[in-house]
Amino acid sequence: MLELDCQAEAARIESAMKEVVLKRFKKKGVVLGLSGGVDSSTVATLAVRALGKDRVLGLLMPERHSSSDTLRLSCLIADHLGIKAIHEDISRLLETAGCYQRQDEAIRLVIPDYGEGWKSKLVLPSVVEGEQFRLFSVIAESPAGEHVEARLSLEAYLGVVAATNFKQRIRKMLEYYHADRVNYAVLGTPNLLEYDQGFFVKLGDGSADLKPIAHLYKTQVYKLAGHLGVPAEICSRPPTTDTYSMPQSQEEFYFSLPYGKMDLVLFGKNNGYSAEEIAPAVGLRAEQVERVFRDIEGKRKMASYLHAAPVTLTTS
Amino acid sequence: MKYSDDFLPMNQTKQIRDFVISNFMFGEGAGLNDDASLIDRGIVDSTGMLELIVFLEETFRLKIDPDEMIPENLDSVTKAAAFVSRKTAPAQVQA
Repeated sequence: MLELDCQAEAARIESAMKEVVLKRFKKKGVVLGLSGGVDSSTVATLAVRALGKDRVLGLLMPERHSSSDTLRLSCLIADHLGIKAIHEDISRLLETAGCYQRQDEAIRLVIPDYGEGWKSKLVLPSVVEGEQFRLFSVIAESPAGEHVEARLSLEAYLGVVAATNFKQRIRKMLEYYHADRVNYAVLGTPNLLEYDQGFFVKLGDGSADLKPIAHLYKTQVYKLAGHLGVPAEICSRPPTTDTYSMPQSQEEFYFSLPYGKMDLVLFGKNNGYSAEEIAPAVGLRAEQVERVFRDIEGKRKMASYLHAAPVTLTTS
Repeated sequence: MKYSDDFLPMNQTKQIRDFVISNFMFGEGAGLNDDASLIDRGIVDSTGMLELIVFLEETFRLKIDPDEMIPENLDSVTKAAAFVSRKTAPAQVQA
């Protein structure tokens, strides 16, 4: 399962990238955001191999809540590849859009003291531990280090997510600004897990002209990254949302399981394996795998809206 | 002992059904079976479930704990009404 002929797959992606970007779209190169994570680093490496380093522009777009590793590791991959990279700190743009203020206001609906100097993240309960519907809570840390957890009301949940989505949308706006400026196309960097399960922001990181690794499980992206020589420090960085002011793993916020197990369950589901067959491979009981199956289906339903192109009403 | 009309079981069922029809089915719920799964039928998604929980808490003045937010308690009009009935019953006895 999840085996990958890295050499053949890299060649296939590079060939498609040349065909789509240069011939179909008639663009001179590609722009992509570099997060310092394995997905964007792998896509950047494939782009350099396909188009040459002079046709790849990397954007480094940290903001106030980004981990300090983000800028350092995105510089690392840009330097490693020898590509031009532009640093756009988006904190001021986010400030002007009211992202931080709106986020704080939404959190104050459930934690009235929340404000300057506080940090927070959204978390979901475990899928595998019980049958309950997964509702978001906010975990906040006061300037004095006190931790508070509160279930989000509908208004607070929607408000926090809407405000936070400014981050992905402003990054995409800048990617297209630079793409327009130099007549490049924009590459998206989701892997299959993210693409399938809707782990992206519509008109934010969900937008791109080409998504070269959206067909690869995260496990396969790691294999490809290793084959392509992506720096080990990037490959060993734990996946993170890097979106909230407190560190947040992707399974706290979105996925049911760590990516390795999630890949196996998704692969099994996509290829007709039963929960009983998958359970030993991921160290769970069959009923727990069934819960993950249901979570996958629920997210796919939500993702159908995120994937939908604008609807037009043609008349015959 | 005096009850508000809200706490009569038939009214609870009707209120929940009316909420589901008006909020998730935009008034087109003529065929809604009270026993139908709201999730499997695609009537309610995860955000919708949060809406339903908030509605139940506010309308029937109860607090739903995380371990009570399970399909058995919430995934149909009938189940939600029965759950509300169970949750409100002790309070009525003590009143």
